[in-house]
Amino acid sequence: MSAREEILGRVRAALGDPGAAVVPVPRDYRRWADLPRADVVALFGERVADGRAAVRHVGTDELATAMAAMLWAREAKRVVVPADLPTSWLAGLDGVRVLADVPDLDPAALAETDGVVTGCALAIAETGTIVLDGGRAQGRRELTLVSRHHLCVVHADQIVGTVPEAIERLDPYLPLTWISGPPEGRTFEVLVVED
Amino acid sequence: MKFSDAARPQLSDHRSRRRRRQAGAEARARRAEAAAGLPDWERLREAGAAIRERTLRDLGTHLEELEVSVIEEDGRVHWARDAAEAKRIITSLVGGETDVGLVRSDVTDEIGLKSRETGPYTKAAVVGAGFLVAETGTLVVADPGESLTFPGTLIAVAGIEDTVPAWSDLEVLLQLLPRSAVGRRMHPAVSFRTGGFDLVLLDNGRTRVLADETGRSALRCIHCSACSDVCPIYERTGPRPYGPGRAGPIGAVLTPQLRGVEAPLEASLPFASTLCGACADVCPVKIDIPGLLVHLRGEVVESRRNRPVPAPELLLMRGLAWSMGDRRRYEHTLMSRARWARLLARDGRIRRLPGLFGKWTDARDLPAPPRQSFRAWWRRRR
Amino acid sequence: MRIAVFVTCWGDALFPETGKAMVRLLERLGHEVIFEPSQTCCGQMHWTTGYRPEAIRLARGFAEVFDDHELVVTPSASCAATVRTAYPRMDPALAGLPVYELTEFLVDVLGVVDVGASYPHRVTYHPTCQSLRTLGLADRPLRLLREVRNLELAELPMAEECCGFGGAFSMKNADTSVAMVADKIARIRETGADAVCATDDSCLAHIGGALSRLRSGVRAVHIAEILASEAGEAPGAEQAGERLAERAMRTRPPEAR
Repeated sequence: MSAREEILGRVRAALGDPGAAVVPVPRDYRRWADLPRADVVALFGERVADGRAAVRHVGTDELATAMAAMLWAREAKRVVVPADLPTSWLAGLDGVRVLADVPDLDPAALAETDGVVTGCALAIAETGTIVLDGGRAQGRRELTLVSRHHLCVVHADQIVGTVPEAIERLDPYLPLTWISGPPEGRTFEVLVVED
Repeated sequence: MKFSDAARPQLSDHRSRRRRRQAGAEARARRAEAAAGLPDWERLREAGAAIRERTLRDLGTHLEELEVSVIEEDGRVHWARDAAEAKRIITSLVGGETDVGLVRSDVTDEIGLKSRETGPYTKAAVVGAGFLVAETGTLVVADPGESLTFPGTLIAVAGIEDTVPAWSDLEVLLQLLPRSAVGRRMHPAVSFRTGGFDLVLLDNGRTRVLADETGRSALRCIHCSACSDVCPIYERTGPRPYGPGRAGPIGAVLTPQLRGVEAPLEASLPFASTLCGACADVCPVKIDIPGLLVHLRGEVVESRRNRPVPAPELLLMRGLAWSMGDRRRYEHTLMSRARWARLLARDGRIRRLPGLFGKWTDARDLPAPPRQSFRAWWRRRR
Repeated sequence: MRIAVFVTCWGDALFPETGKAMVRLLERLGHEVIFEPSQTCCGQMHWTTGYRPEAIRLARGFAEVFDDHELVVTPSASCAATVRTAYPRMDPALAGLPVYELTEFLVDVLGVVDVGASYPHRVTYHPTCQSLRTLGLADRPLRLLREVRNLELAELPMAEECCGFGGAFSMKNADTSVAMVADKIARIRETGADAVCATDDSCLAHIGGALSRLRSGVRAVHIAEILASEAGEAPGAEQAGERLAERAMRTRPPEAR
């Protein structure tokens, strides 16, 4: 008998008839935040800040300037970006060398950069989390892992209130990473953009 | 070695005790804060307990579904009856690769895996799973430190009970786990990966636990270690007296269930508790650890009841039960024992008791039984 | 009301003053108290030590003793907890017996918090684990203590930490048990209290036994004795009160004198 057969056999023998009553799961916990949009966005900002990340809120037309200011404050001279990052975001970057990650930068080149700028898939207000799924404006996961500094742009309409809302919206078949604070020795900043 | 014997030297390690006391107090405060921040915390616990219970009741079906999902998404599933078999499988999957990193978990410890931590460019990684979603074949890892890029060879390792039926079940478990494990609203990083990995599923005694209708609820455990953080016994003794497996309250319950109650360590573990219940208060999936400990104590006593030479404790407990089973016997015992105990007393205190009872008086006085018991007083009064 | 008292095997032999205090208190409040002499033990000790068949026999015996009664009150929170939560597991027929712990009986059934007591000492309250978590007594004992005249109530730091008794644990894991009571005693002494009280003589024997061994001068007293005390009434309480007062003067920190 294979290990598989043996284990599954023991499982079935241990449980007897599984057809018996299915355990009901009480789902009366909060599934969505009962808050106006503005409060959800504000909550996100608070919670991200709790997680040792700097946050700024700006309007769309201030995005490029704010990004430049944030990178300048970090003394970032070379930043790497995913190839599909909107160029309008980078319009204000004077004196900062921007490297597009195409073709994939090798580890040595990546190690020489000061930071990475990405967008995100969505963000969770309750926990101050940003979610990357390798999609638009996010690039390879390596970029955010290796960089000393990660600046993430979050549009207000990408922010959901709660974890259940996020689980519902996310695609489990994509490689997801949830970030709620920077790893040791790294910095993480969030730029929240509202129309 | 019995828990009490292994615990004794640990009590002298003042530095470790101080460290655990501070860590315990911080963990308790952070966890209370994180739980208080969620108005529906108790409802989440109810749902979490039910989701885990549902998983266990129909585990065979969920394991088969998990297997299909993983294979459909370009992965492979390997089954290991015990830790040695798991280690052999993992070694052969790693093959000749030397650049191998480990993301440790309770299960990787159980198998005895050691390696350095993963880095972003590690070629092969062995990862202790947080959850495995049966519906989609997704591996979830709450990564405490350096996150990993999923490299060429990714080997996920899990106990058979670490399965979660549906993707949507994560909406509950990913709220309970971070608050219970690290006292925060979310782990700093949580990674999800569907497909493209080798999954090693470990039994190693879990099917034995599953067969015990009462004991099986211990397998709801989501490895947060909140119970250890609040346990006053664990704070003082540390992990060593619990033996090679998991430590703390959940360890005291699981190790005897996984390995049987015959050996001295496993027979002593269910008694390594005052049944204070602090663990049950914090368990995110509402495992009734004190209830399970009492259940296992019953198993230990039954396993020893029919020995050819009965243990002194068995004789004492049977004798006491017999005396207290009848009013006249009880009153007689009360009077004769009280008289005898008073002989040992000075100034109303007993400083030393003989035999088994000496354990009490090693560090505590006992009041001398008053001349007049309650019932004697009552009779006098009428 | 007609109230049957269950004084517990431990109380009957070692702490009869607790049972006597409870009787005095209930009679002072105007109720009829019955003591069924066929009572022995509720079976808690056997159940929690793993001697299930013996425990079940004792539990059935307990149910028989109180068969005729609609109200049974005990000063032991752990015994009340056993009857309420463990009996249904021992035998479904034993579920729902009308057994109350004393303070929950006073507050919930009689609806009183001021029982007319006077106890002129500095006292701290330790919530035993069974009373706190299994019975969920919450602040009932404290509400009763706050109404006791002349009593100075001192809050116990880290009150919810277990004292280390745990029944068989105190013997099977004596070293760890003592390490735990050492910390509990340190907290008690921090309060400057003359006495520590609780709803369980079992835990109090352990805490009090250690306080006594250390010659701390601090006394362990069951809450029933405090609630039953009245100025100039029960002689035992008065003498004990005098002794306590003397000791208190000697051990009080300088600034309080």
